[in-house]
Amino acid sequence: MNIKSNEARCTSCHAGYGWKGNDFDFADQTKVDCLVCHEQTGTYKKFPAGGGNPAPKSMVFKGNGKTYHPPDWNKVAQSVGRPTRKNCGTCHFFGGGGDGVKHGDLDSSMMKPNKTLDVHMGVDGQNFDCVRCHSTSLHNIAGRVYTTPASEHRKSLIQDDLASKITCESCHSSIPHKEDAKANDHTDKVACQSCHIPAFARVNPTKMRWDWSTAGKKKDGKPYTEKGEFGKPKYDTKKGDFVWAKNVMPEYFWFNGSIEHLTVKDTIDPGNTVRINLPVGSGDDPNSRIFPFKVHRGKLPYDKVNKNLVIPHLFPKGKDDKAAYWKGFNWGKAIAYGMEYAGLQYSGEYDFVETEYVFPSTHMVAPKENVVACIECHSRSEGRLAKLSGFYMPSRDRFRVLDTIGWIVVLGSLAGVLLHGLVRVFIPKDRKRG
Amino acid sequence: MQKNKMVNIYLYSRYERFWHWFQSALIIILLLTGFELHGTFSLFGFRSAVDVHNFVGLSWLILFAFFIFWLFTTGEFRQYIPTTRKMLAVVRYYSYGIFRGETHPVPKRRELKHNPLQRLVYLSLAALLLPIQMATGFLYWGYNSWPTWGLEWLSLPVIAFIHMAGAFAILSFLVVHIYMITTGHTISVHTKAMITGWEEVEEGTQIEDWEQKERKAPQAAS
Repeated sequence: MNIKSNEARCTSCHAGYGWKGNDFDFADQTKVDCLVCHEQTGTYKKFPAGGGNPAPKSMVFKGNGKTYHPPDWNKVAQSVGRPTRKNCGTCHFFGGGGDGVKHGDLDSSMMKPNKTLDVHMGVDGQNFDCVRCHSTSLHNIAGRVYTTPASEHRKSLIQDDLASKITCESCHSSIPHKEDAKANDHTDKVACQSCHIPAFARVNPTKMRWDWSTAGKKKDGKPYTEKGEFGKPKYDTKKGDFVWAKNVMPEYFWFNGSIEHLTVKDTIDPGNTVRINLPVGSGDDPNSRIFPFKVHRGKLPYDKVNKNLVIPHLFPKGKDDKAAYWKGFNWGKAIAYGMEYAGLQYSGEYDFVETEYVFPSTHMVAPKENVVACIECHSRSEGRLAKLSGFYMPSRDRFRVLDTIGWIVVLGSLAGVLLHGLVRVFIPKDRKRG
Repeated sequence: MQKNKMVNIYLYSRYERFWHWFQSALIIILLLTGFELHGTFSLFGFRSAVDVHNFVGLSWLILFAFFIFWLFTTGEFRQYIPTTRKMLAVVRYYSYGIFRGETHPVPKRRELKHNPLQRLVYLSLAALLLPIQMATGFLYWGYNSWPTWGLEWLSLPVIAFIHMAGAFAILSFLVVHIYMITTGHTISVHTKAMITGWEEVEEGTQIEDWEQKERKAPQAAS
């Protein structure tokens, strides 16, 4: 899914403050909302479909039935300060349109977590704010992982206290464990997060699957939603089927800090699962580490003829916007509208394809008592790293031929000596020479 | 049935006996923890198995240096020089004569503790198999330091393969060795010798005087 043609809704978080039409310049850095990050009254709220603006007058948002009031500008403006978890969390805990929809390691439980959920941010412990690690220099925020390989910045603050990117190593160094601890030998290949985040979504559930292909079903001719486990929606006429999960074990990939993204202009192979983004890295790359991810799976519409993903127009621009899927519930029209709006080719034929999207897990760092145990990876089968290839790991890996020959030799020796012994015992004594 | 009179000779010095049992304990611990780390079974728990295997392996490496020192300062290394003399007779004995109740073609003496077959086996063990196992084990342990040691061209799977092959060979040796110690003229005679130092051999074997002194007549002598 894409922001294009749905800006009015998406820009309440995504860049586009003051969006009005397609000629909005998203690169213009003066169009950044200062208050959403800096105001401290907690009363500054954007109207969900206001193009990034707060409600100009008291208004009801039909999406959730809540009334949004215009902010008390004087109070809000005078409250500005260093961003708190609430400032950041307002968007980052609710990515994808709800609590825990996108990230497995960021949701509202991180607003006031305890130490067990996050050893750094726990209010009963270090009580870090987001900006403690996501430090800034002239509003450039440290910590984005997608375009810059982290390894280039994998150094401690003692080496370079102006490092633009704060990683675990920045404070803990690359030998963070007790002297001679085997764990120190792992930091060349295994990211800290892999052992120290045994599971994500440990308090609140996170969305693991989103199947858009089933959207559009109605009850008594009306759109409906159905709640499932954890009190979370499992079906929504607008959005399709969801699967939520708690305490999810991450999936692991080699990762150098960069993620490649598929765009609507890239050709896909609908016969296979389409990986919308892909962690970059490999076992041979000294800058790559084994890193934990939430893999969000789903089904998305694509162009059957041109073989690319499409941009459906979801959010209605007005009461009569029947092309919007959330009004007309017609994928064909919504896609045609969205693609034309984005200036892209659309053949007119669509279908749905299985997709995967990865989110790196780096928050919800557990206390050291709760880390992943050796055996969870170093095991013959069903270990956490069972699927990750390209390296030799003791206990998981073996050479089948060697093991077979080895045991034949050992058991053969045993059989040989037993046979020898039996013959010695059963040859009658009187046949023995004195 | 005519039987030769048995006498006791002092075969294994205190250090030899200590080293034998100590090394066997190290090897058995290394085999147990090693095969656990290989994923064959679960016994100590992976983490403890790693710690024990590393500690015991490194200790063995250091102690083995003392053994080498002892071998060369005492001249005992000569017991390991391979020979083909009487080799066929020994092979024939273990594959045939032993069943007929024949006596061993190469009886033990203080300066000839190893028969030709043993010389070959123990030389392969002490000069080849165990050092290879220690070297690959040490490299395995030092995996993270390979770049510092200028060894980044090494391959972990290759080291792991050799180390694993060595483990199977040692386990196989252990099986045969434990059986072979029962092949004396009584089942326990070899074991007892390795504990007390005194081995019961048939009279008539050439024995030097000093070997029998300061030791009272053994109880078990028939």
